[in-house]
Amino acid sequence: MNKNALVSFEGVVKRFGEFVAVQRMDFEIGKGEFLAIMGSSGCGKTTTLRMLAGLEAPSEGVIRLSGKPINDLPTWSRDTPMVWQSLALFPFLNVIENVEFALKMRGVGKAERRRRAEQWLDRMQISEFAGRNISQLSGGQRQRVALARSLVVEPEILLLDEPLSALDAALKVRMQSVLKNLQRETGITFVYVTHSQSEAFSMADRVVIMSRGKIEQIGTPQEIYRTPRTRFVANFLGSSNIFTGNVVETGDGRATLETPMGAFGLVSSEQSTRALMGRTATLTVLDTKTNLSRTMPTGRVNAVPVRMIGEEFIGATATIYLETGDGHEIRVQKSHEELASLPLQIGQELVAYWNEEDGHLVPEE
Amino acid sequence: MSDKDTASINRNRAVDVALLVYIVLGYAFVFAPIAASFVFSFNSDRFPSIPLGHFSLEWYQAVAGDPLVWQGLRNTLFVGVTVGVIATALGFGAAYTDYRYRFFGKQVYLALALIPPTIPVVILGLAMLAYLSRISLSGNALSVIIAHVVICAPFAMAIIRLRLSQMDPDLEAAAWNLGASEWAAMRHVIVPFAKPAIFGALFITMAVSFDEFAIAWFVSGLNETLPVKVLGFLQGQVSPRINAIGTFVFVTSMTLVILAQILLTGRGAKDRPASDE
Repeated sequence: MNKNALVSFEGVVKRFGEFVAVQRMDFEIGKGEFLAIMGSSGCGKTTTLRMLAGLEAPSEGVIRLSGKPINDLPTWSRDTPMVWQSLALFPFLNVIENVEFALKMRGVGKAERRRRAEQWLDRMQISEFAGRNISQLSGGQRQRVALARSLVVEPEILLLDEPLSALDAALKVRMQSVLKNLQRETGITFVYVTHSQSEAFSMADRVVIMSRGKIEQIGTPQEIYRTPRTRFVANFLGSSNIFTGNVVETGDGRATLETPMGAFGLVSSEQSTRALMGRTATLTVLDTKTNLSRTMPTGRVNAVPVRMIGEEFIGATATIYLETGDGHEIRVQKSHEELASLPLQIGQELVAYWNEEDGHLVPEE
Repeated sequence: MSDKDTASINRNRAVDVALLVYIVLGYAFVFAPIAASFVFSFNSDRFPSIPLGHFSLEWYQAVAGDPLVWQGLRNTLFVGVTVGVIATALGFGAAYTDYRYRFFGKQVYLALALIPPTIPVVILGLAMLAYLSRISLSGNALSVIIAHVVICAPFAMAIIRLRLSQMDPDLEAAAWNLGASEWAAMRHVIVPFAKPAIFGALFITMAVSFDEFAIAWFVSGLNETLPVKVLGFLQGQVSPRINAIGTFVFVTSMTLVILAQILLTGRGAKDRPASDE
């Protein structure tokens, strides 16, 4: 086990009756890390978080916190405070009483806990609301109370379950930077569950992508973005073009992927290519690495003739939607300058192409 | 808020007035007998008749001078308060069980818990008398308390259950997560959250016990409660003292019910959340 790991999941499984919510899970969370667990609803991400908090017991396996197994530790004996999606602030207590709650439960004296609660209110810039009722606060203010309430015990780890989902877009972005700064300043390990790619990728040091109770990929946002390791991840991120076919060895020691659109050359030196030789596999190419031209390009590129079916502008870039002869969709994302020389009209015949080394081969599941 | 505005725009005056009259008549029908009793309790005449005699407190004085009435009042208060506390405690336990746990036969458990008020009181009273006398508990204040708890606890449960159903289900888990043991979470989260309903249930069950006649008549024996005493008076003679006692009982019950109503509905309406600037 890694010495720097604060939390480790070892063969953790969670079943609810017949339903397997989390399948055999092995991963570690480092000290001081900002880890995001991402996936669509029902993928097991919240169950994973709740097991860590002690609100669900694993059916199999061991969860360790600082090396010690915590499976049998009741939630109130763990220092794993959580920020809830519903925030779950106590409506019958005012702001400062909410923040004091955890200290009160730990038997901290009245003066001491007031002092520490005030410090956190100050830090979260909500001192002026200390005496207010929760119902009198705005969404953003409540968010800060919930954070202060969890952080007042100065834990080693903070669990966050989609805490920003109730906020409007502008406030969400502002709270993201509040969270990121807070994590950096305190050095507390954050485990952040979300279904939002932008939240996970903008804040986290590492991202865990889950699907149907299984971990699909763990890595830094860059790693995951550049090289999705499974077809699911590539699909989920929605930033890659995906081609499926058979990996075939050609005479000169090179490999190609035989697809209905034609054969695409692969970087055969890559380990994944050799392992998948003779089998069905998926090739992913980032939409930003896919290019367009009017004529067939030359050189070591893969090209496929396409027809334009739509376009979408997002700030400085545009996404062009194209279709191959057999109806397969391809997206190209480029800056407006890069696209300026092309005749972009719906129905226009073009050629989409990419360099061999920009394609990544993953096993077909 | 915008709903209210639209409602006030599209209103027809004639319909408004008609509805108002309807409500006034409805209440008049319900409260006229009680109001008559109230008026006649301050009337000097021996028999309730119009025109009224002069204002008088003599019937109240007569009632206050009757040691049997005081005995009845003491019994009623003692029984009412005890019943209120026990029934509310039981009702809270039953409501929390329903809120917190899922178990086999829960529907049956709920149905059984809510059945007693649907049984005709005469039957319940008779059954109580037969049962309590068999175990030598009939004919004293304790027997009235037992019988009243049986009919009051379901009311308490229903009131508290409604409140708990409005609670964010994460609230209790959040308390555990912040270091509260199950008992501490009960004390610091569940009870404070349910507090208005707990007091509401306390007042309502007291009022129910305070007014209840039939069962108390069967099982009270010599320890008559006030409603039983009123019937005793009626059987002996028609006296305006009954109006005096009736007025007192009514005012007491109404006070309890109104207190409960304020607790159960008056909360939280005035707080309006701030907006994010």
